[in-house]
Amino acid sequence: MDTKQIYEKYPANDPSILIPILQEIQETEGYLSEEEMQKVAGFTRLPVSRVYGVATFYNQFRLQPLGEYVIRVCRGTACHVKGSLDVLTTLENELGIKAGETTKDLKFSLETVACIGACSIAPVISINDEYHGHLTVKKIQKLLASFRKKTKED
Amino acid sequence: MRITINDKECWANPGETILTLAEREGIKIPTLCYLKGLSPTGSCRICVVEVEGQRNLVPSCAFPVYEGMKIKTNSPKVRRARKTIIELLIANHPQDCLFCVRNGNCELQSLAAEYGVQSLRYQGERRVRKQDVASPSILRDPEKCILCGRCVRICHEVQNVGAIDIVERGFKSYITPAFNNSLNTIPCVFCGQCVVNCPVGALSEKSHEKIVWNAINDPKKHVVVQVAPAVRVALGEEFGMEPGTVVTGKIVSALRRIGFDTVFDTNFSADLTIMEEATELLGRLNNGGVLPMLTSCSPGWIKYIEHFYPDCLKNLSTCKSPHEMQGALIKSYYAEKKKINPADIFVVSIMPCTAKKYEAQRPELGEDYQDVDAVLTTRELARMIKNAGIDFNKLNDDYFDDPLGESTGAAVIFGSAGGVMEAALRTAHYTLTGREMDNIDFRPVRGLEGVKEAEININGTCLRIAAVNGLKNIDHFLDQIKDGNSSYHFIEVMACPGGCINGGGQPLPSDPEKTEKRMQAIYKIDRELPKRGSHQNESVQRLYKEFLGEPNSHKAHELLHTHYLRRDIE
Repeated sequence: MDTKQIYEKYPANDPSILIPILQEIQETEGYLSEEEMQKVAGFTRLPVSRVYGVATFYNQFRLQPLGEYVIRVCRGTACHVKGSLDVLTTLENELGIKAGETTKDLKFSLETVACIGACSIAPVISINDEYHGHLTVKKIQKLLASFRKKTKED
Repeated sequence: MRITINDKECWANPGETILTLAEREGIKIPTLCYLKGLSPTGSCRICVVEVEGQRNLVPSCAFPVYEGMKIKTNSPKVRRARKTIIELLIANHPQDCLFCVRNGNCELQSLAAEYGVQSLRYQGERRVRKQDVASPSILRDPEKCILCGRCVRICHEVQNVGAIDIVERGFKSYITPAFNNSLNTIPCVFCGQCVVNCPVGALSEKSHEKIVWNAINDPKKHVVVQVAPAVRVALGEEFGMEPGTVVTGKIVSALRRIGFDTVFDTNFSADLTIMEEATELLGRLNNGGVLPMLTSCSPGWIKYIEHFYPDCLKNLSTCKSPHEMQGALIKSYYAEKKKINPADIFVVSIMPCTAKKYEAQRPELGEDYQDVDAVLTTRELARMIKNAGIDFNKLNDDYFDDPLGESTGAAVIFGSAGGVMEAALRTAHYTLTGREMDNIDFRPVRGLEGVKEAEININGTCLRIAAVNGLKNIDHFLDQIKDGNSSYHFIEVMACPGGCINGGGQPLPSDPEKTEKRMQAIYKIDRELPKRGSHQNESVQRLYKEFLGEPNSHKAHELLHTHYLRRDIE
């Protein structure tokens, strides 16, 4: 979907619409690109430095696109006790990125969450909408291998 | 309102802050993020005071007074809090004061001394950020930044440029252009108002000291220096003199001792600018040219209009700024006279300005060679004088060299906002009527207000004029031009608030009271000069006779005029 329709909904030259319009653009595009932030600056008549300042201030805004597969590592209490830190480190090492980042090929994004709500199968991660529990280092490697294969087949 | 401050009763005005009251009562409260005239943010907390009945200490810069208020500005609790704030700032600071450009003139350093910080009480993780050294005018070192936000507010609220802002949050916060770009690749106008408002060494000018020393030490180079009007009323401050002390003669002596071969006065070219610009204005008025004409001596302003109002470029006077005219003449007229190969001449401009460094390297300002090779700010000149072991205060007065050394009162007032307008009017009046203005002091355009307007009737021609300083103030006029309903004939624009006397290259920190005194000194020089109209400058007349022909001649256009570029905002 084009972002053009979004701009049509808002009044021009009005700095107070900055956050709502950024939210809506992110909803459509998945993230805030430099190009869109420049456009928003022109539309609201704010300096682009201010738009960038606001976009980096709030955690809700992403400045990079998300990967095809978003891996969320549960760092809740139960998972922590069951070794979720090892799970996270393993994923970080395997993917070569830190939590909050996306691989260069845009295949995987890695995030942490406070609790997924599946403590009975701790330690647990979700990959897009699928849950994977009782994880070990070996299981993670196998899991990643299968997803890597999947993306190649696509 | 009756208030008690440090057990002393006093009267306060409703709505004012504790800080302004304390200042009036002669009570010193330290500040870091506070900027006179702008909305307070209360972010640094160094100005906290104790107010009876308030649970916590309150920031005096943002806290309004109320009837019966009891304030303590220097209680043990207040002093302890301030000291802790300083210690925490230092904990996240490089602590390399010895190698810092602001050593000895740093607000954080002075506060640490005042509050007796003698050890590093906190140690921990420090913000690591790369320097931005790519721009021709301004260096940024985010590691030294204490996030007071003064630069950001000046850039957004006064200059309307918005080149930089605070990004991220908490410990990770830092100040940067959008997308971590360099100042060099964004619409920064290099006015340097951020530099003169920075309390520490996070922002500074790109130094040309080394290339100037190298040129001086090169026996093959003939090094010519020129000095802008606003420098002579400010440099003394760097040597402990009162703001507004006029040190023109001492500057000339110091420059000769440093080793410059020839010392010229940019004021000469300010007079020349007036001859060219007044002629251009009268030409536009008589031949239905584009009006209003906008002045073109402030390179920060030029970059601003190129980025943000490119449709108005045809309104700009085509005159180069005075030091560029001077540079062009040094490498042609003077070189010819002295029989020096222009390739061996190195032209140095001493300017109150950081944008002039950028201007000097604009490719269109020079033919075979750049008109100007290096630009030193007032601060850099002070450092060079100290480097050279010169006792500035003890110097005798000396005089500028001929033929580009003579100047009139009209030239020196270029240094203060409104001065170019006044100087142009003096000469336009003489050209149109054949006599001087009845009252040579044209007060309506003087003073530090951001916008000054007037109407003047010369020989039946009514001119509507405005003098604008501080870039935010010009938008209104440019919008009118864009919409085709501007009723002005001539508008002077200076990028910096107050004009060159408060330029980005002047002694720090920027302070309205110092600016006022520098302004008074400028008008004092003008008042005391025997000749006060640019058309009376005999060296300029000789230049036209011997070399240029007449104002706006073909040759004058080749050497003294320029063109402008449309620039992207992105």
